[in-house]
Amino acid sequence: MTADILVVVEHLEGAFRTSTRSAITAAHVLSSLAGGEVDALVLGEGVSAVAETVASFGVRRVLHADAPVFARYLAVPYAAAVAQAVRENGYGAVMAPATTFGKDFMPRLSGLLDAPLASDIVGLAIDGGELRVRRPMFAGNVIATVSMSGVPLLFTVRQTAFDAALPSGTRAPVIPFAPVVDAGGTRFIGRTETKSSRPELTDARVVVSGGRGVKAAENFSLVERLADRLGAAVGASRAAVDAGWAPNDWQVGQTGKVVAPELYIALGISGAIQHLAGMKDSKVIVAVNKDPEAPIFQVADYGLVADLFKAVPEIIAELEAIPTR
Amino acid sequence: MKVLVAIKPVPNPDERVKVSADGHSVVLENVKMVVNPFCEIAVEEALRIRDGLGGGEVVVVTVGSPSADPQLRTALAMGADRGILVSAEGPLDGFAVARLLRRVVDDEAPDLVLLGKQAVDDDNNQVGQILAALLGWPQATFVSRIEFVDGGARIRVDRETDAGLETIGLPLPAVVTTDLRLNEPRYASLPGILKARKKEVRVVDAAAAGVDLAPKVRVLAFEAAKGRKGGRIVADAAELVRLLRDEAKVLG
Repeated sequence: MTADILVVVEHLEGAFRTSTRSAITAAHVLSSLAGGEVDALVLGEGVSAVAETVASFGVRRVLHADAPVFARYLAVPYAAAVAQAVRENGYGAVMAPATTFGKDFMPRLSGLLDAPLASDIVGLAIDGGELRVRRPMFAGNVIATVSMSGVPLLFTVRQTAFDAALPSGTRAPVIPFAPVVDAGGTRFIGRTETKSSRPELTDARVVVSGGRGVKAAENFSLVERLADRLGAAVGASRAAVDAGWAPNDWQVGQTGKVVAPELYIALGISGAIQHLAGMKDSKVIVAVNKDPEAPIFQVADYGLVADLFKAVPEIIAELEAIPTR
Repeated sequence: MKVLVAIKPVPNPDERVKVSADGHSVVLENVKMVVNPFCEIAVEEALRIRDGLGGGEVVVVTVGSPSADPQLRTALAMGADRGILVSAEGPLDGFAVARLLRRVVDDEAPDLVLLGKQAVDDDNNQVGQILAALLGWPQATFVSRIEFVDGGARIRVDRETDAGLETIGLPLPAVVTTDLRLNEPRYASLPGILKARKKEVRVVDAAAAGVDLAPKVRVLAFEAAKGRKGGRIVADAAELVRLLRDEAKVLG
């Protein structure tokens, strides 16, 4: 395969999302294995700043469609526009981040192009001249090696498995692209944003998560206090989200977000398989749980068997005692 | 309103699956098969739509081996009206399943197709969206609320995205995939279970559908993900913070 590779850029409210930088890296890995140049595609309205930003991340060129139909992300026009970009330019592969953005339109693109899609990939290799793709299954307990047949090859890329691409010091040309698509009657109505001054869960250096042991929505303020002391993002287990104590976009796990921070602190989280799938690649894991048998201790580097309502204020006090550098 | 719900049997997600010694398969012996949790949410929503609108039909369909019958019966016991089992040999990828479901949609002409957002075995998250593309229908994924508007001609849905809750509107017919917070599925009642035994399950042979079932994505090998070793249990908050600072060096 020497055909070129297209990376579909995720952006929100005029800001380039870091998730795309991992997809660019994955595209370069594929390029080094199988050849082809890496292009990026920005669909939006009035987001030329995003296109200019992407142009600095080591791509050959940036295709940029600026049209009202792309003012808000919608799967129907997005998938149709990417399909047109593929047909016009003969791309051999398309990559997008495995976020709720890429997971939404990439399978639709697969259907439109009659093309194979490997979801949530964590590795790429060549074996006997054939491309081999690694991806997690069974809540991350199993890694499958898959082969793909058909063209183009479509991938959604797990952000934690590929380093974020860095600015290359060069600037790729931005080329206008004018797809002919409509939204097929789908309409964006609104977004209830979880406004937060905290870092994004998937980008944070430190994540502090609460689970069933937090016991009530109002007790999440304790989780948040520790997070804020550490400059961390706040996460939650599925049990805590299910109970309505935390919003769904805080959910860490196979059915929520997959994170791999330098430090992950699990408070009152038992460690169900599906939660571990979302955080077990963190560099250092700390667990605070009053049940010494909780499975979370089997993956934690440091375990503290204690009632979190007693331990967390103590941890905060200890942290405050550290002289700031 | 006619709602078609596609469901998938999966190994009980609370049990840990093992990879066979040769890496060619995942060992499922003695693992109980259940309805994929997100599919169960889809079934529940279909029932609420039918009962809320005071009429209509809920048809459940599954694609795979005839051993999927118990999971179809579970959906029927919850209250679905009838079932369809598209019987297929060998491994099918999401694309092949979507192609087979498309045939069922052509036959049944539902107003709405509901699926779980992903199956918890292969974790692909593809079938609903591929099906929508093959049908040329609009789609909404990760849905946590469905509201019928414009006299039932359109739906307005909330989607659970990474950046918060998003609301979009789409015309029917449409494909919707369900997220966790859409509803809490009911348990089948004993009368429901008894009734389900008598409900119609039509078995259709996938080979007769005349579609290409060759997988586009083929699993060649499985391996157990690298486990993590547990570390040490610390005495108190002071020791924890000291180790994080001096040993792990992750503070500051």
